[in-house]
Amino acid sequence: MSAPTEWQANISKAFSNRSFVIGLTITVLLALMAALSFIWTPYAVGSFDILGKLKPSSSAHWLGTDHFGRDILSMIMVGSRNSIAVAFVSVVIGAGIGVPLGLWAAARSGMIDEALMRFNDLVFAFPALLSAVMITAVFGPGAINAIIAIGIFNIPVFARVARGAALSLWPREYILAARAAGKSSLLITIEHILPNMMNILVVQGTIQFSLGILAEAGLSYVGLGSQPPMPSWGRMLFEAQTMIGLAPHMALYPGLAIVITVLGLNLLGDGLRDVLDPKMRRERS
Amino acid sequence: MLNYVSKRILIGILTLLAASIVVFIVLDVVPGDPARLMLGMNATEEAVRALQQQMGLDQPLLVRYASWIGGLLVGDFGKSYTYSVPVLNLITERIAVSLPLALISLFLSTVIAIPVGLFSASRRGTMADSGTMAIAQVGVAIPNFWFALLLVYVFAVSLRLVPAGGFPGWNAGVWAGFKSLILPSIALGLPQAAILARVTRSALLDVLGEDYIRTARAKGLTRRKVLYRHALRNALIPVLTILGLQFAFLLAGTIIIENVFYLPGLGRLVFQAITQRDLIVVQGVVMLLVAAVIVVNLLVDLSYALVDPRLRGRS
Repeated sequence: MSAPTEWQANISKAFSNRSFVIGLTITVLLALMAALSFIWTPYAVGSFDILGKLKPSSSAHWLGTDHFGRDILSMIMVGSRNSIAVAFVSVVIGAGIGVPLGLWAAARSGMIDEALMRFNDLVFAFPALLSAVMITAVFGPGAINAIIAIGIFNIPVFARVARGAALSLWPREYILAARAAGKSSLLITIEHILPNMMNILVVQGTIQFSLGILAEAGLSYVGLGSQPPMPSWGRMLFEAQTMIGLAPHMALYPGLAIVITVLGLNLLGDGLRDVLDPKMRRERS
Repeated sequence: MLNYVSKRILIGILTLLAASIVVFIVLDVVPGDPARLMLGMNATEEAVRALQQQMGLDQPLLVRYASWIGGLLVGDFGKSYTYSVPVLNLITERIAVSLPLALISLFLSTVIAIPVGLFSASRRGTMADSGTMAIAQVGVAIPNFWFALLLVYVFAVSLRLVPAGGFPGWNAGVWAGFKSLILPSIALGLPQAAILARVTRSALLDVLGEDYIRTARAKGLTRRKVLYRHALRNALIPVLTILGLQFAFLLAGTIIIENVFYLPGLGRLVFQAITQRDLIVVQGVVMLLVAAVIVVNLLVDLSYALVDPRLRGRS
């Protein structure tokens, strides 16, 4: 029964890691804010108040109002759902396709491995923005495009990480023993390889999640992501652009929301890596 | 070395070919009838047929692909449906804005990041190191277009030091053109520098732990000499890799930043083309940018051989 104690050790290690604690706190607060927005926001995001437009922070509107008099805090709260959903589904797509591909390449090596690496080269040539440009040109804009575009870009990232980790696990003794016992490559991959690389995948997932938040903001800023009236942080910044001289607060707060979220996720990722992958920590610190 | 180089070049060409097939399928085959998509729902049958003929859509798929690729190779990107001019003309006009912007940003991020990474690595564990890396950590999290908006607010709207946007054209003089690229380049380059500085620092720290560094120190070389002569050179490989990978993000960033500053570059061109359903322009610009990413990564791979003599012998 070594697993529970190892977990306990990891958890206590994690909570003494500053990056992890700060990152986790920010991430949990963000998740709570998104969850809260389903049942409560200070104002309804669809409620326009032209007389109260472009107001700076006040006790009535903590983060001020936009050019339609909408409450910016409420929009940031609802917008967080969009960011989280797009980034999360993109990670699921990337990991769901990339990890099996990487595992397959590592188990088979040879031609399949070579083909996977060339496939990675190909997908890397299409930054999420270019995929989104192509998809939008054909199907029109929408949040789904952003998910597909970012998800596609995540596939080779996870494939490469999974392949690298699996290749380092295959020569291990317990894998050789499982092989000698007559287990198939598939069974070994599922029973031994995958569980032993979960740490690395979790860390990579956190990193891709934060990149996904940034990419989604960029796509919705240029109009390739989620469309109005659904609030999104990138779109709010786009609308703030023409008002920058009159109401700089419109640009300030949604941007801060992005920075704090991404910073939190990055710190969480760094902290997780330090805790789960001690080898990396020895090399880097 | 020749083996390594020729293998890399061959892979680069194959990737380029595969990428062109992807672009062709998405923008030419998936829409079913690109001519109808471009003209919209209300177009007459004759107009659709005329455009189909002009675009060569009545030809079989393979012929269309071959003629598109053949055209690209001799610089014929087709004719824009909305502007009625060759796509190549539009691209060369716009690239005169986008390319300098990307290059200045790349230059800025490199000349900032490498010294900062060196500074931090050589003072590992000190307050200076953690302070610098904390700033870099925040820099990584800043979206470049938001940073651009803040720069516009401070330097253009409040201080009125530089124009808030627009581009006078290179005909108005190099300085006038350059001036309107200053803020966009900073907005693109600084967040990029944060990423690169972190990579430089950790690559240097990895190298500084190697045995040959200890040997060099034992030989009596000063810390400085070891850092510059041995560590930096070896740390350049991961730094170059990230630079190559970052180039794709830089191009994407250029396209987005052009919207903040109303710069008439490739980004504006492609977004206008999307709204006007000018698929030929979208196809040309996307293919050009994808090719740029592939070629830059190929060059990075080839430069490994120059930086790392160990790779020269490998096939």
